Amino acid sequence: MFKNLLDWIEYRIPMMRVANMHAIQYPAPKNMNFWYIFGFLATIVLVNQIVTGIWLTMSFEPSAERAFASVEYIMRDVQYGSILRYMHSTGASFFFIVVYLHMFRGMMYGSYQKPRELLWLFGMFIYLALMAEAFMGYVLPWGQMSYWGAQVIVSLFSAIPVVGPDLVIWIQGDYVISGATLNRFFALHVIALPLVIVILVFLHIVALHEVGSNNPDGVEVKRKKGSLKEEEKTKFEMHEYYTKKYDIIDDVVPFFPHIVLKDLVAFCVFLALFCYVMFFMPEMGGYFLEKPNFEIANPLKTPEHIFPVWYFTPFYAILKAVPDKLGGVIAMFAAIIALAVLPWIDRGKVKSWRYRCGFHKWNLIIFAIVFVFLGYLGGTPQENWKITASQIATIMYFGFFVLLFIYSKNEKTKPVPERITK
Amino acid sequence: MSNVSVDATDSSINENQPQDNPRRRFLTIATSVVGAVGVVGAAVPFIGSWQPSEKAKAAGADVQIDISKVEPGQLIRVIWRSKPVWVVRRTPELLASLKNHEDQLKDPNSEVEQQPAFAQNSYRSLKEEYLILVGICTHLGCSPQHLTDGAFAQYAEGVSEGFFCPCHGSKFDMAGRVFESVPAPSNLVVPPYQFVDDNTVIIGSEAEA
Amino acid sequence: MKKFTFLVCFLVTGFAFGAGSNYPLDKAEYDLTDKASLQHGAMLFNNYCLGCHSMQYQRYQRSFEDLDIPLELGQEMLQFTGEKVSDHIDTAMPAESGATWFGAPPPDLTLVARVRGADWIYTYLRTFYVDENKTFGVNNKVFKDVGMPHVLEELQGTPRLTTEKVLVDGEMVDRYVGIKTDGNGELSADEYDAAVLDLVNYLVYVGEPARLELEAIGKWVIAFILVLFIFVYLLKKEYWRDVH
Repeated sequence: MFKNLLDWIEYRIPMMRVANMHAIQYPAPKNMNFWYIFGFLATIVLVNQIVTGIWLTMSFEPSAERAFASVEYIMRDVQYGSILRYMHSTGASFFFIVVYLHMFRGMMYGSYQKPRELLWLFGMFIYLALMAEAFMGYVLPWGQMSYWGAQVIVSLFSAIPVVGPDLVIWIQGDYVISGATLNRFFALHVIALPLVIVILVFLHIVALHEVGSNNPDGVEVKRKKGSLKEEEKTKFEMHEYYTKKYDIIDDVVPFFPHIVLKDLVAFCVFLALFCYVMFFMPEMGGYFLEKPNFEIANPLKTPEHIFPVWYFTPFYAILKAVPDKLGGVIAMFAAIIALAVLPWIDRGKVKSWRYRCGFHKWNLIIFAIVFVFLGYLGGTPQENWKITASQIATIMYFGFFVLLFIYSKNEKTKPVPERITK
Repeated sequence: MSNVSVDATDSSINENQPQDNPRRRFLTIATSVVGAVGVVGAAVPFIGSWQPSEKAKAAGADVQIDISKVEPGQLIRVIWRSKPVWVVRRTPELLASLKNHEDQLKDPNSEVEQQPAFAQNSYRSLKEEYLILVGICTHLGCSPQHLTDGAFAQYAEGVSEGFFCPCHGSKFDMAGRVFESVPAPSNLVVPPYQFVDDNTVIIGSEAEA
Repeated sequence: MKKFTFLVCFLVTGFAFGAGSNYPLDKAEYDLTDKASLQHGAMLFNNYCLGCHSMQYQRYQRSFEDLDIPLELGQEMLQFTGEKVSDHIDTAMPAESGATWFGAPPPDLTLVARVRGADWIYTYLRTFYVDENKTFGVNNKVFKDVGMPHVLEELQGTPRLTTEKVLVDGEMVDRYVGIKTDGNGELSADEYDAAVLDLVNYLVYVGEPARLELEAIGKWVIAFILVLFIFVYLLKKEYWRDVH
């Protein structure tokens, strides 16, 4: 009976075929380690943001007069409202933690290299959309940081020559950040950008499954048809979509249950951390929810120190490091673009840093440290030494890409193994 | 599991391939059960948040009304939980007439639970004199009209006063009891209420027994 | 945690005053589980603060229920202007009068503990001192040139700066050593500190009334996740025996 129903559906829409192909019999390298959990976790957080976001929308009122009060209404009067709100606000920060680690993984193991350039680019587009989404979401509670953060970020566009000032007014829909701005940001935050992000995530996964997952060895598990002996092929049942075109080496496991279970173990640990923050320290010492944002937006009074939320601070530090308005904005966007074009900056043929030159390893580690340091500089009050420091750090940030471009051409690499090592 | 194809008995081999054993099956079921509990737990705040908020509860709190100025025969309307509530001070003649048309009613003895236990009597009230009803038709939620001085007789023979719903023609007598052959299925709802003193009624809660 | 100091400038009234100060903050050892302290804090707030400051996002009823105050008692003892218990805790003073009398409308205090932090409020309320040059005859160590009178003076007594003479580079200089009252208050210095702490406790509670409830739920949630983790981990182990 149930089987008949499934067959009836399957005949009309390829439900099980797609599930088998992408979620069950997808060949995943068996050596995917700790660093490979963040894609799964990002998906989970995305679902959390969408679901809690829908629920918050039921009680939030997007107007300059009511926004702040309606958030407090959610926190106090709506049943379980504070849990829903903290799930959403904590989720925003955890989204970026997970995404940054996910990106760093890609850089460590060369997951952006051929044939995964488009996969990386889709990822970067997700990251950009996510930044826009997070920024607009932060404006909605209409606290002091919401207001003045929006003021500063929107003013960035005024740096554009000729059209800049008019563009700012157009974005604001008013001569200042106002209720009109809040309303359009609300529309973009709850409808437009989530839609874009979901579509991009879909494309990201389609692209991933077309080229296959990379792994810490950077060894491809899909080989040319007919190149493997029978005993070298995997004994797990993989979808014919993959086995028809390729010989799959005996270093893979099916996505379900093996990879899913591994991800679920990570998910439990992640969830425990997430819940600890959410239930016990949702402000995270003023980093996830900034203190001035508990004060209603006041267009006449700027908080003494204004910082963007922590996940924007590295780029904010780069912006502040350049002593020129337009130059700063250009540097900030260049910092993101440099990451996006990484597949073409890196001219190396070896993917994983395990088999690349020692210099590359250090270059990447220092890059990561510089990125965190920039975050610190952008998120703490301005002091004199920090101006020089952020300038040096900015140069080092871009230096990573310049050096990589130079040494990757004729890099001395170690031999890459034929099979995945344990 | 769709990947479990080889039996545990011949899996002493050193190759990567699926196996099957009772421990695996047990753990799969146990984990699924615990996971399902988690999903149910996670659903609690989402389902719970649809309950009336404190704001709604404040708006739906008990209403205290002063009935000292209601004259015999008069009907006053108050708002309770955003719904109209009628308070009618019935005359002795009206009370006496309630018995005369019981053969035309669907549920003359209020057997369907549309009232607190204290109002399950032929007057459908705590004190005979005062009729207190939620003024919403039990058919599809319109608010019936109060027809007096014989205006109601056109709808029910020999009954001079009653409630007539303009939406679909349902009819109720002056105890909120529904007439036969109208769309409304049951008598009008009597809200919980109590008398604090002779002149004050609280609508929304009953006196504690 | 960062210490927040504010340089505020009210352009609209042309009345500028700053809160920027590096005065060291005293640690407020508040305790949200101490209902007696919270009740006392609520009483102090409604008696001394509510005249000018609102708590517009909090309902009386929420405070009463969370603080174990019976609704009727709360209405009798803590509500002075005949509101319903379900009403928000609003001041009876119109905002325009506030702006006229104090230069700016007194801020809403629902979330003040989340904006300033408990330590700041605790120190602020204990560092008023007599300064005849100011409109209200007082100044404050934490919030310099504050536009608020010392409303707790009847409890604390008249606070005065005390200094001692010390020798610095061969010159006698006045060094600030603290604030002492004339002893004309209803409370002793220790009692006053305790009273302010109760008030701070209440303000912290009102800033996030669900705090204790969240922590109680959070413990169970995390305990459950640990149980789930054990099962998932064992199952993962079991399946990965397929892989060598």
